[in-house]
Amino acid sequence: MTTFTVNGTRRTIAAAPDTPLLYVLRGELELNGAKFGCGLGQCGACTVLVDGEPVFSCVTPVMLLEGRAVRTLEGLGSAEAPGPVQAAFIAEQAAQCGYCIAGMIMRAQALLERDGDPDDAAILAALEPSLCRCGTHVRIVRAVKRAARAMAGKMEAVR
Amino acid sequence: MTQALSRRAVLRGTGALILAFSLSGRAFAQTETGASATPLRGLPGSLDATPRLDAWIRIAPDGTATIFTGKAELGQGIRTALLQVAAEELKLPLSRLDLITADTGRTPNEGYTAASHSVQDSGTAIRNAAAQVREILIGEAARRAGVARADLIARDGVIAGPAGLRLSYGELVSDTLLHVDAAPTSILTDPRDFTVMDRPVPRVDIPAKVTGGAAYVQDMRLPGMVHGRIVRPPSYGARLVALDAGPVEAMPGVLKVVRDGAFLGVIAEQEWTAIQAMRRLATLARWEETAQLPDEARLPEALMALPTRDTTILDVGQPDAPSFTLDTLFTRPYLSHGSIGPSCAIAHLEGDAMMVWTHTQGVYPLRDALAGLLAMPPEKVRCIHAEGAGCYGQNGADDAGADAAMLARALPGRPVRVQWMREQEHAWEPFGPGMVARVRAALGPDGAITAWQHDVWSQSHMMRPGPPGTLLAARDKAEPFPPAPPVDLPMPEGGGDRNAVPLYVLPNARAVNHFLPEMPLRGSSMRSLGGYLNVFAIESTMDELARRAGQDPVEFRMRHLQDERAKAVITTAAERFGWKDRPKPPAGGGYGFAFARYKNLEAYCAIALEVAIDADTGRLIVTRVMAAVDTGQVVNPDGVRNQIEGGIVQATSWTLFEGVRFDRRRITSVDWAAYPILRFSRVPRAVEVHIVPRPGLPFLGAGEAAQGPMGAALGNAIRDASGQRLATLPLDASRIRHAMMDPPPLR
Repeated sequence: MTTFTVNGTRRTIAAAPDTPLLYVLRGELELNGAKFGCGLGQCGACTVLVDGEPVFSCVTPVMLLEGRAVRTLEGLGSAEAPGPVQAAFIAEQAAQCGYCIAGMIMRAQALLERDGDPDDAAILAALEPSLCRCGTHVRIVRAVKRAARAMAGKMEAVR
Repeated sequence: MTQALSRRAVLRGTGALILAFSLSGRAFAQTETGASATPLRGLPGSLDATPRLDAWIRIAPDGTATIFTGKAELGQGIRTALLQVAAEELKLPLSRLDLITADTGRTPNEGYTAASHSVQDSGTAIRNAAAQVREILIGEAARRAGVARADLIARDGVIAGPAGLRLSYGELVSDTLLHVDAAPTSILTDPRDFTVMDRPVPRVDIPAKVTGGAAYVQDMRLPGMVHGRIVRPPSYGARLVALDAGPVEAMPGVLKVVRDGAFLGVIAEQEWTAIQAMRRLATLARWEETAQLPDEARLPEALMALPTRDTTILDVGQPDAPSFTLDTLFTRPYLSHGSIGPSCAIAHLEGDAMMVWTHTQGVYPLRDALAGLLAMPPEKVRCIHAEGAGCYGQNGADDAGADAAMLARALPGRPVRVQWMREQEHAWEPFGPGMVARVRAALGPDGAITAWQHDVWSQSHMMRPGPPGTLLAARDKAEPFPPAPPVDLPMPEGGGDRNAVPLYVLPNARAVNHFLPEMPLRGSSMRSLGGYLNVFAIESTMDELARRAGQDPVEFRMRHLQDERAKAVITTAAERFGWKDRPKPPAGGGYGFAFARYKNLEAYCAIALEVAIDADTGRLIVTRVMAAVDTGQVVNPDGVRNQIEGGIVQATSWTLFEGVRFDRRRITSVDWAAYPILRFSRVPRAVEVHIVPRPGLPFLGAGEAAQGPMGAALGNAIRDASGQRLATLPLDASRIRHAMMDPPPLR
């Protein structure tokens, strides 16, 4: 048994301790946000935040999470009430197939919580571990900048 | 033309994917979308094959409408675009429309969602059907109210008329009213009156995708669902010689090990258990490998040595010049689709009926292939499209559907979800084929092109289901299906020879398609098919000729063009980029320009760009891209921009980084480390897309318009920066570094 919080809710997980977090999130907890992309920590589709830091949930066994705080895409907002990063991605229409976007948003969230006004180089570096195949990169960078403005309150509201 | 070697291989049951059909001409000629090449009824778009209006549009008594399309959302935004088209012509708000996509139980058969045809085929059908439904509703209102049609107007789901007459669509519709065939012509809304089309309507699918809603087949959880994994052979055609599955069957949580010849799968209650069981099973299987792959380092030579079926696709004037100014061999490696989500499907056998949820591009062709594979009547197999990660052509989607069906048949009553692993997708998907194009061209004394010859070598780009033998499971099972015959997609759209006929006006020109019936590596459709390499070859040659003739590459293209729409995108891209007044680039900098009309039938696209190269490392950054496109009537301008931007970035990745790796037996590039693609640090720093407005002209697909010009513009910019012409793809850092080191002889 491993106990940690997921999006603020305390969870006790029955899965074997070596089970990667990704399968617990998608299986036992029925959360869709983190995606299976490679299982190798190479593509970032499975990215979630653990104590505020982005991690590859596909290669993180649950035994390492005892007492920690996990945040997933679902913890940032909903379709009805999206969080500022999610709202910025919607406003910039920063998705094609969208499969990588959950990981992108989690990395952007971690970046913006650490650095409220990142420059281009900081944004590119933060997103470097995440792959996108549709070629939505330019919009994703725009969305992160928009989210930064929104979170800094420089913009009145994100559409 | 001898193919005895591979025929023997097939008869031995080895070399499973190496094909040995000797067909005369293009006997299996078909279209990339699977639609009939010749019209049946003369109706617009896909109405021609499915003329009944209520096959496309149904209106409920509450006034909401459901639209049916046989095309699938692949991340290209088709769901939103088709809803816009329907809303515009029905005069119904978007909020009252629902869209059902590709489902053999419910929607028209529109073949494959491919070839940038969806708006053209399905959008045209839905637009015309919606316009005709609207007119039928107006006619019904006129009949009921006893007023002239001309006095009535459709607006917001209501037919309104004199003296406060208001009849809602829900009131007017009846079971039979729309159960009629479409007419050949429709009263279409004038583009000047558009309120929904040609507007940047936000994509309807994005909110769920960015908030963790159930958006993909990977996210489906059916009651009682269990998890399957497949153990694939180590190489093409490998034979399973020994397997003791006992230890796997004894693992807690494992429900079943499924074996049919070399087809191996496991089913478990939990996904992680299934993965562990798959790994264990893989260690227990012993294989005999027979595959003989080409020498990767000499792939072009290997391809050109294969038997060919030649078709002359262009022959004008006297192209046999006594000597040519340029004679260049352009080559591309096999390319991976590289979907970020490996393929996935869920299948469920209930009684004698099989349901398959799949991200295939063609639910009907897959249904037929699965019916063959499972020896079931097609009407007992239902394929329902559910989104996967972007596929960009035929990835493992269809194979995963077959895998899931094979496992579900072994465990009736339980939905079985099969998720491919990353290494399976990278090793087993059908790649975009490796290719060779040779272009020879001669310049006259006036600096105009006097002769042009283009030869292209490629295997099939169209190995989709239909035939069960297109599916991995069907090839692996104990009684395998024969390999499917290779399809040489005919002109004018073409396959390997797509875009091999230049759009330029050339008095003396020949183009020959050297179709390779054999397939050294498994291959099929990948965005733009042969167009990417052919455009790279043509546009590199145009650029080089312009330099040899001492002319500006943009002016040189304009001089050889008559098509006004082509000239318009070239002029637009050049002017907006500031091509004419471009400053001399700093050291390591260069400019590139390229143009193509996709398939010579679809969208026009011109690209101007600037690069910065670090000479020491060969690291190239695209600092600025300006694209101009003409996609005919635009449904969603932001959707067009998103597709073109995506094409630019994806082609940057193909061009600078990518190539499938293999040794003489196995595919070795089985993860993102061995098959690197573009990451953020190398993304083009600024991308601008300008749409040349063409209101009222037919829809032209946008999804594949940018890839060819982008690859060529990069090559031309490297030429500008280094003085060297690179013709072997990928133009990776090592090749660029060498080009930058060599003394530039021609600058």
